[in-house]
Formats: sequence, C-alpha cells, structure tokens
Amino acid sequence: MAGSTPVSLSADAPASPQLAVQPRKARSISPALETWRRFRRHTLAVTGAIVLLILVSGVLLGPYVWPVAINDIDFAAKLQGPSLAHPLGTDDLGQDLLARMMYGGRISLAVGFAAMLVALTVGVLVGSVAGMASGWLDAALMWLTDLFLALPTLPLLLLVMYLFRDSMKKVLGVEGGAFVLIVVVIGGLRWMPVARLVRAQFLSLREKEFVEAARALGASKVRQVVQHILPNALGPVIVVGTIDVAAAIIFESTLSFLGLGFPSDVPTWGSMLRDAKDYLDIAAHWALFPGGAIFLTVLAINFIGDGLRDAFDPRRVL
Amino acid sequence: MNAPLAPAEDLLKVRDLRKRFAVRGGIFSRTVDQVHAVDGVSFEIGKGETLGLVGESGCGKSTTGRCILRLIEPSSGEVWFQGNNVTRMGGDELQKLRRDMQIIFQDPYASLNPRLKVGAIIGEALTIHKLAPTQKAMEDRVVQLLETVGLQPDHMHRFPHEFSGGQRQRIGIARALAVEPKLIVCDEPVSALDVSIQAQVINLLEDLQEEFGLTYLFIAHDLSVVEHISTRVAVMYLGRVVEIAPSRELYDNPLHPYTEALLSAVPIPDPTVKRKRIMLQGDVPNPIRPPSGCHFHTRCPIARPDCAQRVPELRESKPGHWVSCHYSG
Repeated sequence: MAGSTPVSLSADAPASPQLAVQPRKARSISPALETWRRFRRHTLAVTGAIVLLILVSGVLLGPYVWPVAINDIDFAAKLQGPSLAHPLGTDDLGQDLLARMMYGGRISLAVGFAAMLVALTVGVLVGSVAGMASGWLDAALMWLTDLFLALPTLPLLLLVMYLFRDSMKKVLGVEGGAFVLIVVVIGGLRWMPVARLVRAQFLSLREKEFVEAARALGASKVRQVVQHILPNALGPVIVVGTIDVAAAIIFESTLSFLGLGFPSDVPTWGSMLRDAKDYLDIAAHWALFPGGAIFLTVLAINFIGDGLRDAFDPRRVL
Repeated sequence: MNAPLAPAEDLLKVRDLRKRFAVRGGIFSRTVDQVHAVDGVSFEIGKGETLGLVGESGCGKSTTGRCILRLIEPSSGEVWFQGNNVTRMGGDELQKLRRDMQIIFQDPYASLNPRLKVGAIIGEALTIHKLAPTQKAMEDRVVQLLETVGLQPDHMHRFPHEFSGGQRQRIGIARALAVEPKLIVCDEPVSALDVSIQAQVINLLEDLQEEFGLTYLFIAHDLSVVEHISTRVAVMYLGRVVEIAPSRELYDNPLHPYTEALLSAVPIPDPTVKRKRIMLQGDVPNPIRPPSGCHFHTRCPIARPDCAQRVPELRESKPGHWVSCHYSG
C-alpha cells in the first residue's frame, strides 16, 4: 500500500480501513469474543461444557420433574437395581437414589464452585498485593504462601472440622454450618497456587510497555492494576479456577467419605459413595451412580479448563 | 562538570545522571554487583529541538530516557525541566510533570493494552488528568487526536490487534499527544517497523513537532534515521556520552574514534563510493566492570597507555562540538 513512495503521511491510513473491513463486515472483535471463537473449536472442551450443563441443569431442575422425597423410607424396596419406579435403584433403606443424587449433586456442585470462588478471591488478592509491592511485603506474603503449601491438608482439615463444627452448627444450622466450614476450609487450602500464579503474572506484566505508558501518564497504582495488569493476568487464573472446582468436588467427597462433611442423613455424592461401599457386591449401582457423576463432572470441568487454556494462549493456532 | 552549550533556551537539562542496577545473588539476595547502566550523562535540549541519542544496545540510552521521565529512579544526578528539578519532585508536582513529558515506545505490539479499545487507550490520559469534562468532550478529543496522527475516527472502537505495526505506533503517538506534552522521549520509535513505514512515522513526528512546537529526545541505534530528524546528536558508549555535536557537523566531521567507527558502518547507497571501514576489535565490555579511565580504551584504535588511567571530560573542541577524548579533536 505504501509502495514506492513511502513518504506521505497518510499513505497507510486511508488504505487501511478497506483492508481491515473487507474480511469481516464492520464489527470489531473483542478479545473475549475471540477467546469464545477459539474455545468453540476445541471439541473436547465443548463436549465437557455440554456435559456439565446437562449435569447442572439436571440437579437444579430434576427435582421438579422427579418430585420424590429423599428420605422416603421403603424397606420393601431396599437395595433394588434400576427400575421404572426407581430409575437409579434404591439404597439400604429403600430411599430413591435418583432423588438423592439430584439433591446431593446440588451440594457437591455448590461446594465446588463456592470453594473455587474463595480460593480465587484469596489467591488473586494475595498474589496482586505481593506482585505490586516488591520488597518485604512481597517476601512476607510469599512465605505465608509457602507455609500454607507445606501444611498437610487432610490432618489439618480433620482438626478444623472437629474444632469448629459444633460452633458453626449453632450459628448457621446443621447444613449451612457444614457448607460454610467446608467451603472455607477447601478454599483456604487451595488459594496458594493461584496466588503464586497471579504474582508471577504481575511481575511480568508490570514491566510491560503498556503499563509503563500508563505510569508515564500518571496512572495510580490502583488504576494500573485494575485497568491494565489484572485483565491481562486473568486468563490463566480462570483456567486454574476450573481445575479448582473439580478438585473441590473431590475434596468434599473425601471429607464426606470420612464422615467429616455434611451430617450423615444429608446426601452428597461423596457420602453416598461412603454408604454404598459396604454393599458393593450386592448393590453395585448404589456406588456406581454417584461415583460416575463425580467422574463425569470432574472430567468435564478439566476439559473445559483445557479448552480455556488453549483459547487464552495466542501462540496456539486453533 | 562543564557541559555543552545548547542553543537559546534549554527545556531540559541533564546533569551527571547516573543509574546503577543491583545484581542480586547468593542467600538473602545480597547485592553482589552493580551494572553501571548510565554513568554520568550530561546534556541539554533546547526548546523545539530534537536531540538524537545513539549508541549500541545496552549502552544506557533507554535507561537515560526513562530516568528523565522518572519511570526509573536515577541513582544520582539531576534532571531540570523548565527550571524545576525533576529528580526532587514528588506527588502532585510529579503528576503535573506527567502532562509535560511523554514517551513513545519501541515495540508497538507491547505498548498498547490488548484488552482495551483504542478510544479507551487514548482517552485514559484525558481521564487521569481530568482533561475531558464530559463523555462527549472525551470522544471529540480522541477523534481529533486520531485524525492528527493520520487515523480514522471510527478506529477508536477497535482493538489494538486489528491494526498494523505502523498504525499501532500512530496510536501510541496519539496517546502521548493527548496530554499536550512539551517534551517527548522517543525510545527507538521506528526500530520495530518496516523501512517504508519508518519513513511515514518519522515524517509524522516531524510534522507534529512543527505543529505543536514539540521537543524530542530521539533514541535510536540507527544513525541514518537519527541524522534525518535530529538537530543535534549525542553518541553514547557504555553509559557515557562520548560526543555531542550538531547533526551535520557530527556526520561530516566526527571527532571521537567511536563515532568514526559507527559512521563508517552506515551503508552508502552508491556502490562506486569506497570508504575505509573501521572495524572495532572485540565486544562491548561488561557494564558490571567497565574499563578504567576512558571506557573506550580497550577497543580504541588511537588509545595510548594513559587512556586507561585518566577519565576524559567532555570538552568543547569546536563551537558546539563536544567530545570526550584525550587525543582526538
């Protein structure tokens, strides 16, 4: 376009609009839209998203379609396999497994997402402060992070549950207390990788020229972070977040399996597995369905994380 | 330290500017060494002038530019802008200074936030300094700035990745112009561009200088680019200025052996012209332990034994032509 006379001031300017507009009419593509376009091409991730969507809408809307009480005891029909009356069979008290699966799924998924949010919030806060404040504050925060990473998770969890379960129960009720406690504990033990990641992103981004340009224009530290650094650091954080959801669901299952999660009469996918383990040889379906649900959810979320990672990575051609 | 006289009115005065970067290592990140990035630089820039600052990679050109803007805190030395000591400024004063001094970057791909639209990138300066009372005023000003740098008004709704390198550099220039600065530090603004686009951007910078009475500190490693745009040129070697002279004078009549060697490497677009090519021996020494005396003595073709002991001062060899060499000029 500039050709042999590259001197004119406006030589490339008037030519460019036509060049830019020709391939796609008028509309500007934002980075978010571009990420979505790339995500859509990732078959596994899209499959994962659809599976997760089905699972989530299943546990949310399912009880309206299948309005069976979760504690409807019927000893005449105990430990039955799948049938028309009980599509997923029954447990040792003759309670309907489909209803319990849907109820338990709500809890498991809610714990997963809430714990992820806690981990991300704490991690992003600690990481951004450490990344912006070099010097002693950065060092102190990273020591704290290392300290938390060095804590043995499971024993600590058991200790916290024993110590605080009763007092939380008094304040927030049986289920609410357990929920808050589990979410806080899981989130409180999973923010460290996020903090490290965010700090590393900040260290690299704050030296970038567009941040330097903002500094040269007199942008405050808060403005530099909110406008320029954080939005560019969030891609990998979202990816870690999806994986954290999966990890939190498994964690809650572990806790329930050990009898430290929700009260024993509240079904979650993990506690159903625990109850089913004694009947594996005569009622395998009882363990199979919650186990399969956990497996499917975690796998789907991990694939979504995979797809997001690739979609956020501009070096990858999709 | 005495320093070169500048024409008429000095907008910017730099006095014995130094910047050392700590090299940390060992346990508890002790400072084990120091990189002498800028090692006593002094110069002036007159109002409306363009001072070219040339030198090899790593000689401290960019660090000098950033120290002047206080994007990097200088270790010692002074920077005076319109009679005010920039190095002592804090808070509000510094914030006001940000309106007077701006910077254009080398890499047009790294210098624009990929998540903001062009309108927001240029408009940010107006928001920070409260230069646009209403949304309408802001948009009008952004459109005006885009047109000033040769872009279309509707470009403000696009994202940086939708532009070419040359267009992105124009956006960077528009951002710098938004606060109506007096001095712009151009940090290798065309080094990352195609040659044809380089000429356009240089011409744009010259037009803007004329239109707004801008003063440039033009950092580059390409001597032919600098020759075209600069009123005067300063040559840097290992953190020190070795020669300052009016552009024409420096190119016709270089005094410092380093300048001579640099100029002999500039290609002449005429195959019949034969020129003596001065090949420098060895590499640029490590700025952690720069050579004693004259930094250049390890590679200098005319060095004598005492060059390793005595540090040469910048002295005025001819009116307006300053050189820091014991034996040349």
